[in-house]
Amino acid sequence: MTQSRAIQTTTAAALALALGTALTLGNTAVAGEGAAKEKCYGIALKGKNDCAAGPGTSCAGTSKVDYQGNAWKYVPAGTCEKTASPTSPTGQGQLAAFKAM
Amino acid sequence: MIPQDPIQAGFANALLAPERPLPPQVVTWNGSDPTVRFDVYRNNVVVSLTEALADGFPVTRALVGETFFAAMARCFLAEHLPDSPILTDYGDALPDFIAAFPPTRGLPYLPDVARLERARVRAYHAADARALTAQDLAHHLADPQRLPATRLALHPAWTLHVSEYAIVSLWAAHQGQGRIEDVDLRRAESALVLRDGDAVQVLPLSSAIAGFFATLAAGLPLGVAAEIAAATTPDFDLTQALALLIHHGGIAAWQPSGEPPA
Repeated sequence: MTQSRAIQTTTAAALALALGTALTLGNTAVAGEGAAKEKCYGIALKGKNDCAAGPGTSCAGTSKVDYQGNAWKYVPAGTCEKTASPTSPTGQGQLAAFKAM
Repeated sequence: MIPQDPIQAGFANALLAPERPLPPQVVTWNGSDPTVRFDVYRNNVVVSLTEALADGFPVTRALVGETFFAAMARCFLAEHLPDSPILTDYGDALPDFIAAFPPTRGLPYLPDVARLERARVRAYHAADARALTAQDLAHHLADPQRLPATRLALHPAWTLHVSEYAIVSLWAAHQGQGRIEDVDLRRAESALVLRDGDAVQVLPLSSAIAGFFATLAAGLPLGVAAEIAAATTPDFDLTQALALLIHHGGIAAWQPSGEPPA
């Protein structure tokens, strides 16, 4: 009884310590990742567009060519229009679908 | 799903194999042989369902090749017509079918690869449950005595995969991460499939952390899960496991009482 109580206390302390640290880590990491993402068109390589919708949908890994203008990928906000896209009229990724040149 | 209506049931049954007779009620408007027309329909059903499976299991398909996959899909759909009108649901039964399919016996990792692929599609379509954030959880630190008995409900988009084979490396190699030649198939690997926003992720896990999550998912309290993990793997990192859980939005509910999560 006493022994199981001791284990319980250790576990509570260990859990509190781990949870406390994890919450701090989580905060920093979430702040980093919480930085908004944007859908960026024209930068995904063939078949690598971010979509796991599966069969029966219009987007299941359907981009057939590299840098397809209507296929998008999630990127950190603000970086899309700085990413090179050889098919894009501007030379960079765009925030809306476009027609390849 | 086999319909109740006898005409529909006969129609569905006849779809699956050309040697099965059409129900007598199936006729053509001009009295020509309905079998010829019906063959077109049979072909459309088989081809569209085969394509649906091919779309949903790209890595499985790449591992066995197009021809083998198409032949296997035919055998599968002869036993499994869709049981939902939602095509994205089709293929839930394929991993277990592969596990029992004699021609793939030489590829023992294949069912787990197929499970991982299926989980990605399911994660994409899973309910939008709100995940608890660090802010939501911080006040539980004030009452550490209640932590060991706390139970968690994991996010509905989360699935755990524990395999005896290197399924994560194998899957990643098909996404352009690492070379398939370097994958050691006999290495046991675990992964978490989850959704971050609209993006589905496959996160490699240590077996200790995967085991810890599995214990929590089974409804056991935090204290028990931590003790089992520490007893099984002496270098189990509880902090890392909890940080991962919080950071990736894995906690849908936190139940400090002894009650199982709703």
